[in-house]
Amino acid sequence: MLSYDVVIIGGGPAGLAAAIAARESGCERVLVIERDDRLGGILNQCIHNGFGLHTFKEELTGPEYAARYEDRAHEVGVEFSLGSMVIDVSSDLVVHAVSQERGVYGVQAGAVVLAMGCRERPRGALAIPGYRPAGIYTAGTAQRLVNMEGQMPGREVVILGSGDIGLIMARRMTLEGAHVACVAELMPYSGGLKRNIVQCLDDYGIPLLLSHTVTRIEGRKRVEAVWIAKVDEQRRPIPGTEVRYACDTLMLSVGLLPENELSREAGVALSPVTRGPLVDESLQTSVPGVFACGNVLHVHDLVDYVSQEADAAGRCAAHYALGKRSPDVQEDGPAEAERVLLLEVESGVRYTVPSTIDPARMDERLTVRFRVDNVYRDRFVSVYVGDERIMHRKKRVLAPGEMEEVVLKRADLLERAHAERIVVKLEED
Amino acid sequence: MASDQYDVVIVGAGVSGCAVARELSRYEARVCVVERADDVCCGTSKANSAIVHAGFDAQAGSMMARLNVEGNKLMRELAEELNFALVPCGSLVVCTDAQTRPALEALLERGVANGVEGLRIVERDELVSMEPNVSDEAVCALWAPTGGIVDPFGLCVALAENAATNGVEFLFNAGVEGVERDDDEWLVRTKAGTLRTRCVVNAAGVYADELHNMVADKKMRIVARKGEYYLLDTTAFGHVRHTVFTLPTKMGKGVLVSPTVHGNVIVGPTATDVEDKESVDTTAAGLAEVVAKCGIAVRDVPLREVITTFAGLRAHEEHHDFIIGEVEGAPGFVDCAAIESPGLTSCPAIGRMVADIVRGICDLQERPADEIVRTRPGVVNLLATSREDWNDLVAKDPTYGNLVCRCCRVSEAQIVDALHRPIPATSIDAIKRRTGCTMGRCQGGFCTPKIMAIMERELGMAPTQITKCGPGSELLVQEGGE
Repeated sequence: MLSYDVVIIGGGPAGLAAAIAARESGCERVLVIERDDRLGGILNQCIHNGFGLHTFKEELTGPEYAARYEDRAHEVGVEFSLGSMVIDVSSDLVVHAVSQERGVYGVQAGAVVLAMGCRERPRGALAIPGYRPAGIYTAGTAQRLVNMEGQMPGREVVILGSGDIGLIMARRMTLEGAHVACVAELMPYSGGLKRNIVQCLDDYGIPLLLSHTVTRIEGRKRVEAVWIAKVDEQRRPIPGTEVRYACDTLMLSVGLLPENELSREAGVALSPVTRGPLVDESLQTSVPGVFACGNVLHVHDLVDYVSQEADAAGRCAAHYALGKRSPDVQEDGPAEAERVLLLEVESGVRYTVPSTIDPARMDERLTVRFRVDNVYRDRFVSVYVGDERIMHRKKRVLAPGEMEEVVLKRADLLERAHAERIVVKLEED
Repeated sequence: MASDQYDVVIVGAGVSGCAVARELSRYEARVCVVERADDVCCGTSKANSAIVHAGFDAQAGSMMARLNVEGNKLMRELAEELNFALVPCGSLVVCTDAQTRPALEALLERGVANGVEGLRIVERDELVSMEPNVSDEAVCALWAPTGGIVDPFGLCVALAENAATNGVEFLFNAGVEGVERDDDEWLVRTKAGTLRTRCVVNAAGVYADELHNMVADKKMRIVARKGEYYLLDTTAFGHVRHTVFTLPTKMGKGVLVSPTVHGNVIVGPTATDVEDKESVDTTAAGLAEVVAKCGIAVRDVPLREVITTFAGLRAHEEHHDFIIGEVEGAPGFVDCAAIESPGLTSCPAIGRMVADIVRGICDLQERPADEIVRTRPGVVNLLATSREDWNDLVAKDPTYGNLVCRCCRVSEAQIVDALHRPIPATSIDAIKRRTGCTMGRCQGGFCTPKIMAIMERELGMAPTQITKCGPGSELLVQEGGE
């Protein structure tokens, strides 16, 4: 069986950044297994710009952003298996994949990085009443058809859900000559980035109907109309508010789900909130030697953060594979008693990644990412270690569509030796 | 018009029509199945509970009872001959109210009278060990070990393919517009042309009454009875181990919760009579009813794992029995009508019964045994294929290594196979029924563009010609538009 120091599942932005980091951390043999025939993942169909503002301080398209990482990965000597679908990962770190050239093959890994990304929630998962005609697309599938296959999924479009891909596709379909009647959003706020609402809807006069949903789909063969109703505070359609929109296409941008079927089968414990693996400070999952990053871990808003997170996962996986404890901790230093702090969330915060921290093993500085559960104005993001508040930072606006972060310092945690938990929460003052 | 001259024309390519076609393919006869949709298995046969009923439900002495029990037995050998998925998981009818126990005992007695084997009542302790997620209110249950689950698409496609292999013709997109007597023959006028035949088999599902009424004095009325369902992801598999029915309570009839052969869990159906025989749409009220009722016999049904909801129409007739036989005053016109549940289970027996009637009418002779192929090569299921066997497949055809559908593990080779089998798939849904592609948790989000590319290449179709389920359901619009 082939053997690699680090095997990375998925060649999108997360997988590429993790692979580069693993090589740069001293691993000789790093393999990326990618199911498509090319690297870059979903970025390849994201031909709009706005990527890389944080990482490269310039606006790139998705494919351009991917190409930078792809080039770098080749430079540093990462190996690739393209057109290979991973079919299982075992707890002893054997990865099985299948490809046309090799059939089913196994690879022994020193460490595994999960970077499979996410998938879109389909219509069926919403149980929208009505027929099941052609013309119902998730926004990402439509994006692929338009941007990569050069095909046109429809002319008269209604979009349900204001996730970023839906917003981007509202603009794309308009530019392609379709008419986008509206974007309906169940929640009283958008799940997408503010800049996308401005640049993709407002600039094109496409109405965003907050607190609205699709209550019925008409058309036996192809979509002929959808009915949209207002919803009350419990998100139930309000009778009498239905409006019929004649259209041939319904696009859905109603949530992304981390793609963790392989993780689950490998025995990786998952968070019910993120639906991604529970990870520690090194982004290691509950299965030793298996790390996770990118949208398979939790759905990100910006690819820049995916790259940063994947860089950390790649480094940590490399250190695991090379038998080192952690990047910043000296191998022969005094053995510290293991002390795992639980990261807990309260008022307004939905989750954190990671969910546990061992201060002795963490980097000097550790980025903790989280999302909030509603739109908040003028709140403080607070971090408590034990009972002591160590961070209190005012934010003008916090929204579910935008990922937030706090940076914890190792010294702050080591100093407070008796604390058992860290709490991240929003406070009014 | 010799080329349009048939011995038998079967109207409807659901499980009944296809089962009849397969049985008739044993005889010296020219047989054609005409179907209004673009594929077999497009009506009631594709949207049902996919249950192989044991046979305790139907009234003793009814045709339904006899054909159910016979069909249940035949189904097992049929699954081996034709290679479709059948799982003998057994079924339970759960009694949740001690006061209704007599009704459960009546079911047992009826089952015994119908000839169902192995029936017995299990008490709560045994029931809980058999079905750990049974409701806390469960008192006892009727255990039917001969109950099972089947792949309804696989069954129907297999029957049709085997019939086609043995020479039966299939005419799709051929909705019947009229049936007339002409001398001592019938003219069947369809959207795809007129066929002349000695015998007509009316297996037109919810439209069997319309066809019947074209030729019969004594009219028939088929009511479309809608059933709505939730289909749950494979992550819910194992929540129930058997098909779990609810014994009707004062609150009405419950819904069933059952594993499917594809590894999902199905919950439903409702039962609402509808005027419109095309209304296979789900409704807010129907779906809410499924949600409300699924917990009667099974607790904590994980409905949040839903991957799709759907509705099917049962062909209900007021006497609630199958109507099979030559129509009075219409010699050579044979009804195979009112085939509602347990029609799927009964289809192997229905096929034999109708074929016998037709054989008598047309005086058909058996073909030499060596001319007839009774078996049908199955389709590859990679989820049930070992790594070694999978490698052998890839060695023979590398495209078995190119996975198109990640949810249901379907390779390019299987899609290509579906496009070139005896009844070729011509639409995305037709490929779904043969391979499982688009049936999983992503519901085609990932694989649809890939399947389209394969269809373009294999069938020489333009992308804009590709449909979800036949003409009118094109997936794309013309570039540039109007």
